[in-house]
This record gives sequence, C-alpha cells and structure tokens, in this order.
Amino acid sequence: MRLRRTLIAAACVAVAIPFIATAQDADTEKGIEKYRQMLRKDPWTNPGLLDADRGEILWKTPRGPKNVSLEQCDLGKGPGKVDGAFAELPRYFADADRVMDLETRILWCMEKLQGFNRADLVKRPHPGGGQPIKELGAIATYVASKSSGLKFAAKAELPKEKDAIALGEVLFNRRSGPFDFACSTCHASSGLRIRLQGLPFLADPKEAREVVGQWPAYRVSSAHVMTMQHRLYDCFWQMRMPELQLGSELSVALIAYLVKMAEGGEISAPGLKR
Amino acid sequence: MRMFSTVIVPIVTVVLAGATAAFAQQNLAKPSVDPARVDAVVTDAFPTAPVDLRPRLVPDETMSSCSANRNSPPKSIAEAIQKRERAAIHYPADGKFLGDWKNGEKLAQSGYGLRFTDYPPRQEIGGNCYACHQITDQEVSYGTLGPSLLGYGKLRDFKQAVAKAVYEKIYDSHAAFPCSTMPRFGASKILTVDQIKDIVALLMSPESPVNK
Ligand code: HEC
Ligand code: HEC
Repeated sequence: MRLRRTLIAAACVAVAIPFIATAQDADTEKGIEKYRQMLRKDPWTNPGLLDADRGEILWKTPRGPKNVSLEQCDLGKGPGKVDGAFAELPRYFADADRVMDLETRILWCMEKLQGFNRADLVKRPHPGGGQPIKELGAIATYVASKSSGLKFAAKAELPKEKDAIALGEVLFNRRSGPFDFACSTCHASSGLRIRLQGLPFLADPKEAREVVGQWPAYRVSSAHVMTMQHRLYDCFWQMRMPELQLGSELSVALIAYLVKMAEGGEISAPGLKR
Repeated sequence: MRMFSTVIVPIVTVVLAGATAAFAQQNLAKPSVDPARVDAVVTDAFPTAPVDLRPRLVPDETMSSCSANRNSPPKSIAEAIQKRERAAIHYPADGKFLGDWKNGEKLAQSGYGLRFTDYPPRQEIGGNCYACHQITDQEVSYGTLGPSLLGYGKLRDFKQAVAKAVYEKIYDSHAAFPCSTMPRFGASKILTVDQIKDIVALLMSPESPVNK
C-alpha cells in the first residue's frame, strides 16, 4: 500500500515539474488548479503525503540523546494524542508557560523529551529549493494531516491566547526595513498581485479561511513541503528583513492571528501551492 | 492641473481600499499592545541578524505613525509625515530630471538587492517597479499593488513639472501621499539620484516604450 502511494506520488512530481519550467505563472496556477482537482478525487497523489508518512515514523521512533519517541509529547489534547490536535492550535501550554503553534510545540518536545539541542534545531530549520523538508517539518506535516477535514477551532479563551492574537495583529501591520513593508503591504486587499503571484487578503476571514488550512503545503515551484513557519520566514526574506527564528514569539503571534482570521476554515493539510 | 486630476483617482481608490481593510480589522476586539513590548518581541525574533541588518528591525517615525494608524493617518499626522518626507528629498545637482530610459527599464525590472541572501552584493540594487506596476506593453509579468504607469508621460503631455513630481514620487513616495505602500527609494538609499533620473526617463521620455 505504502509502495503504491510512493509510486503514484513520484509520478505526480514528474507531472508537476513541467508546470514550473514552462510558460507563465498564470498558466502554472491553472495547472495547479487542475492538479488540485485531481487530488480531491485521489488524495493519495499529493507528494506531501510522503513527508507526512516520514513524519509519522519520526514521531513514533525513539530518537535523540534520550532515545525516546514523541509519543509522550502533549500537543494540547493529552500526551501522544495527534488526531485533531492541530485544529486547536495555537494554544497556551502551562508546562512551557507560553502560547505555541504546531512547529514551536514540536520543537519544545524534541528539546525537552528527546534531549535534542534547541540551537541545532533552529539553525537551518527549512529546506532549500528541491531539498526534502527537515525532520521537524515532516513531523509537523504528519500532525497537521491528522486534522485534515476538521475546521480551525483554536479556543483562544485564555488571556495569553487573546494577547498572542492581538500582538499578531499589531505585527501584521508593523512596517519596517528598507522597503517600509508590513504584512499588510501585500496581504490587506483583495485581488492584487506582485508580479504574477496572487496575494491573498489574509486580514479578511473569507480569504484567510480559503488558504491558511492548506499549510503545510507541497510547493510545486520549490519541489518540497513548506510549513507555515517557513512561509513566514520567506515573506520576511521578501520584506528585506533578517532571518526569522523558528519558535520566536513573533512567529507564534503572527500564526495565532492568521489562524484567528481563518477560524472555521477547513484544514486540508498537506495542501498544494504554486 | 491636468496632472492633479490624473493623480487623484488612484489615490482615492487606494485610500478607500485602506479604509475597508481598517474596518475589517476593527471588528477584532483588541486589547492594546505596549509598543515597547512589540519592539522587544521583534528583536527577539531575529537573533542571528548581522549587525548591518539590525537597524531594519526598528521602524522610523514615519513608518511608526503609519503602522499605528493602519496607513490612514489623521490630517495632523499626515501633514507631519509630508513635511518630514519632503525635507528628505535631494535633487539632482544639474537640475535635470531625465536620465537614460534604457537603464531605467533595467532598474525597473530588477528586484535584486537587500535580501539577506544578497550579501555580499553580486549586482546593483534594482527598483523592482514591475513588482507593483504595469509599465510597458512588452512586459506582461507585472503586479497590481500600484496603478498602471502605461503611457505615463504621454498622458501628461511630457510636462517638466510632471517629471519633477515623478522624481519626487520615486525619491520619497510619502511626500505626496503619506503612508503610501510604495518604498521611499531615494530617502531609504535603495536607488541613487542618477538611477532615479533613469527611471523618470523611462516614464517621461517620448522615446521610452512606456509612451509608444
Ligand atoms: C512583498 C510582498 C509580501 C509581504 C510584505 C508579505 N508577503 Fe506573504 N506572500 C507574498 C507572496 C508573493 C506570497 C505567495 C508566494 C507564492 O506564490 O509562492 C505570499 C504568501 C503568503 C502566505 C500563504 C498564502 C497562501 O496562498 O496560502 C501567507 C500565510 C503569508 N504570505 C503571510 C505573510 C505574513 C504573515 C507576512 C508578514 C510577516 C507577509 N506574508 C508579508 C508576498 C508578501
Ligand atoms: C510595493 C509596491 C510598489 C513598488 C515596489 C513601487 N510602487 Fe509606485 N506606487 C505604489 C502604490 C500603491 C502607488 C499609489 C499610491 C501612491 O501614489 O503612493 C504608487 C504610485 C506611483 C506613482 C504615482 C502614480 C500616479 O497616479 O501618478 C508613480 C509615478 C510610481 N508609483 C512609480 C514607481 C516606480 C518608478 C517604482 C520603482 C522604482 C515604483 N513605483 C515602485 C506601489 C509601489
């Protein structure tokens, strides 16, 4: 079964590649839309599922200096409970005394339970073009896929959770850097594009619900799965800002804000992107 | 006067779009967030930033007031921004606003520069105008964050006063339109005076493909 999935996925990567190499981004978008329709009919054809499988193995295998699996990791619904956990993130974790998104929580578990060195994990956390997603990202892809079909339903009842969303809103609108950019420069109106790349209006619940639930997503143009932390890292790169640290309070606050905007939107991770 | 009316239309549209966005955001009941804490959170998020890039974490006064007012500043703040940004504009020593449109087109195309992967620099920094503007018929890969600049000079009778206004617009977009989303290419030292003149020529010279 697994082998069959692997083969189909590999074939689809091969199908997807001409979309990148050929013509215009507009055509690419059409090609990807066709591919998305295909995925709806047969979800097993998304290459991102290979990474979800890899993430599942990583989650269950004893690893790290302490040689334990992540099955004692509490993602908010109790140790080892993966099903539906992503749909309720970000949330406040009393053991860490802070709000965490999925990747920040996995980072915390890898450090505290498995004994990995945090500095090593955040050093180069994201893959370059064509490289496979790193282990932490694969685990995040696995966990997120286990909420596919559910709706975003972070409770955001605790003061620290509300505070993270409010902070995220301020950060989303905070201009800085040599180009004076904020997230809102590119994501606060409908129907605009930068060059040919469409810019979703992320401060608008309707548009946020359509796109936020697709992350982590297989990104055809870079041929790997990209997580939400990686997406933000890349947007800061475009903003001419320095390298965003995975797990930083800023990254969590922005994700808390985006997920609040997307509340009620359906999760379809791993999704598929340009 | 003609120029005034052509400029005003896109401005009104942009301001209206801004107002809608601001309205959407107000629906969130938001506890106030201490600005000093925001700065600390930002500093903490970029711990590996090299010394040269660290100043980017701190917005200047214009950016701070635009962010605080969600890009729709009240009149008094808008005027303060305009005054400050007008004063930031340096003019060409020779008094001429039009340079070489061919080089201007190259600069308008190039998005290279200032990203953390762009160090040490491998080529000159571009203006990245096509990211946001339609400029020539030939280039179909353009963004729509800003208004179309197709036929810009021709539509304005190639007036010298317009050339000066375009120079000022590129040098410091906030001087004419406080809290514009367009970068301040001269004031932020992205482009030099000569490079800006080349881009003005792209928009304003009768020979430029923009006006064909
Ligand atoms: C200079 C423009 C620009 C800025 C500023 C910017 N982004 Fe983006 N963003 C983009 C582009 C372009 C894409 C689509 C990239 C692609 O197609 O591969 C994107 C995609 C995204 C996505 C995925 C949307 C989807 O379709 O699923 C999210 C989420 C996002 N950005 C969040 C942010 C946040 C948060 C910030 C601020 C920290 C930000 N962006 C700042 C240009 C920008
Ligand atoms: C990030 C987006 C962005 C970039 C990059 C950008 N602009 Fe703009 N530009 C805008 C927006 C938005 C407006 C409308 C608001 C305003 O006038 O400030 C605008 C307005 C203008 C106007 C005034 C248009 C009118 O109606 O009279 C000119 C001229 C202009 N831009 C030229 C340029 C040039 C030349 C470059 C490159 C050197 C450039 N822009 C880069 C966003 C951008």
